[in-house]
Amino acid sequence: MDSAAYHGVVAGLLADYAHCIDSDDLERWPALFTETASYRISTEFNHARGLPIGIIDARNRNMMEDRITALRKANIYEPQRYRHIISNPRITGAADGLVQAEAAFLVVRTMIDGSQDLFVSGRYLDEIDVSGSQPLFARKLVVLDSDKIDTLLAIPL
Amino acid sequence: MTKASTYKATTFWPNDGLTEVPYSLYDDDEIYQRERERLFMGPTWNVLGLECEVPNPGDYKTTFVGDVPVVLVRGKDGSLKGFENRCAHRGALLCLERFGNARAFTCVYHAWSYNEDGDLTGVAFQNGVNGEGGMPDDFKREEHGLQRLYIATLAGLVFGSFDAKVPPLEDYLGPDIVSRIHRVLPRPLKVLGYYTQTMRNNWKLYFENVKDPYHASILHLFFTTFRLNRLSQKGGIIVDESGGHHVSYSMLDKTANNPKDDSGDGDYDNAKLRADTDEFGLKAPALLGGRDEFDDGITLQILTVFPGLVLQQVRNSLVVRQIVPRGVDRTDIVWTNYGFEDDDDELADLRLLQANFIGPAGYISMEDGAVGAMIQRALPGTGGETSVVKMGGDGAASQESRATETSIRGFWKAYRKIMDI
Repeated sequence: MDSAAYHGVVAGLLADYAHCIDSDDLERWPALFTETASYRISTEFNHARGLPIGIIDARNRNMMEDRITALRKANIYEPQRYRHIISNPRITGAADGLVQAEAAFLVVRTMIDGSQDLFVSGRYLDEIDVSGSQPLFARKLVVLDSDKIDTLLAIPL
Repeated sequence: MTKASTYKATTFWPNDGLTEVPYSLYDDDEIYQRERERLFMGPTWNVLGLECEVPNPGDYKTTFVGDVPVVLVRGKDGSLKGFENRCAHRGALLCLERFGNARAFTCVYHAWSYNEDGDLTGVAFQNGVNGEGGMPDDFKREEHGLQRLYIATLAGLVFGSFDAKVPPLEDYLGPDIVSRIHRVLPRPLKVLGYYTQTMRNNWKLYFENVKDPYHASILHLFFTTFRLNRLSQKGGIIVDESGGHHVSYSMLDKTANNPKDDSGDGDYDNAKLRADTDEFGLKAPALLGGRDEFDDGITLQILTVFPGLVLQQVRNSLVVRQIVPRGVDRTDIVWTNYGFEDDDDELADLRLLQANFIGPAGYISMEDGAVGAMIQRALPGTGGETSVVKMGGDGAASQESRATETSIRGFWKAYRKIMDI
């Protein structure tokens, strides 16, 4: 497959990803990853300095499922929704059934009282497994432009 | 012990004691100014960061005392210094970067420059240009240095104070707090990363929340769902003599869960087992593991130093949290995750794994980001009303039970004294 073909696959997966989160179909969120995939939220400041801390640091799909279980059953937070705007992805590499891609994103957060804010902006550094019947994230590193988080970050980005 | 009735009613605090806290303290501009002057810039020790953040001569870090911008600097002789991050000429910020290295500090506006002690060493065109203009003859650079900070360190933490009357740091903290600080900072440190959580509430609501063990197993359902912390667990609250500092700690109760096990790991296994079989069991229970790295069975220690430091151990997740007020209704919490230089790979990885518990997305701390704002938003209409802080009595002494608000009363004890209200 050439780079242009990968572009379509990756863009489709990202569109599905945004729809999954923004439509509160969070139970499906882990299913967009491989079983051994990692999902980590970092910041440009930490990322540039090699500081390893994650705001969320999930090392496999089970941990992602746990996060959704906790959100639904344990954690308490005010009802809120995200709206993801994700840029066209840039394919940065492809080999052995894995595609590396980078995309910019914005998330607008809407609270239950109607107030809206630009919650975060950043970039996704993704590795996508394209060897199966459907593409899945094998690694997703979310790098936030700012390291200030307003109030809390409950729903994954 | 100081009796609660010794507090005199004032216009700011129209009742005696520590059990009824006026809501007006959380949204009053006059109180906020008074806090800056009397409390943050007064005889208190304010956390500035970690020694390892400025390891080499000339290294600096910009940070805050209360909301006052300051610079922490490592001097040529290796000592730590600090001064206001504000040019003495027209008041512009001197340093903009969060971290840097400099031989001198020069203002971008008119190039006034200062040495590491905050002394004014250069004034651009002080003698004018071609004999015209310039500063008057009686202008003395030594009269225009930067306001300096007194600096003290403990176990790798750096504190600053603007007030010469501040007691020596160890006297300020008292022996119990000092030993509990050493407990979680025993060896050379390594920073694992930063983030900042902005809270839409007054800084005191966050500080009270951290000092409040009563809410922990109620608001934070992750704790109880996975049996990580219950008020029945062994532990206690230590409040220092001043009331301003506290330690809340708990340990897994070995005897209750598994009397025959003395390996120290049995409780973690039990916790995993229960979590596995619970309705809300974790599919990846490795998160609930951990290492008894300080050899005392304590799995949770929350320590505060008045007025702006929270030092946190949740299992093997260690964090310095700095409270930065940003106005009456806004507060930044700067989270500095740390480990030790000699951490083995497994422990280093555990700290990152268990960081899932804490921070703005933390399983057991995300609610703290919102609860203060819920109070702040409900302030309109409170008028002269007060909140009720009577759990565990009316004093501010150490208690073994964690079903108490003693450390919140301790905060108000220290606060009323220094604020003189």
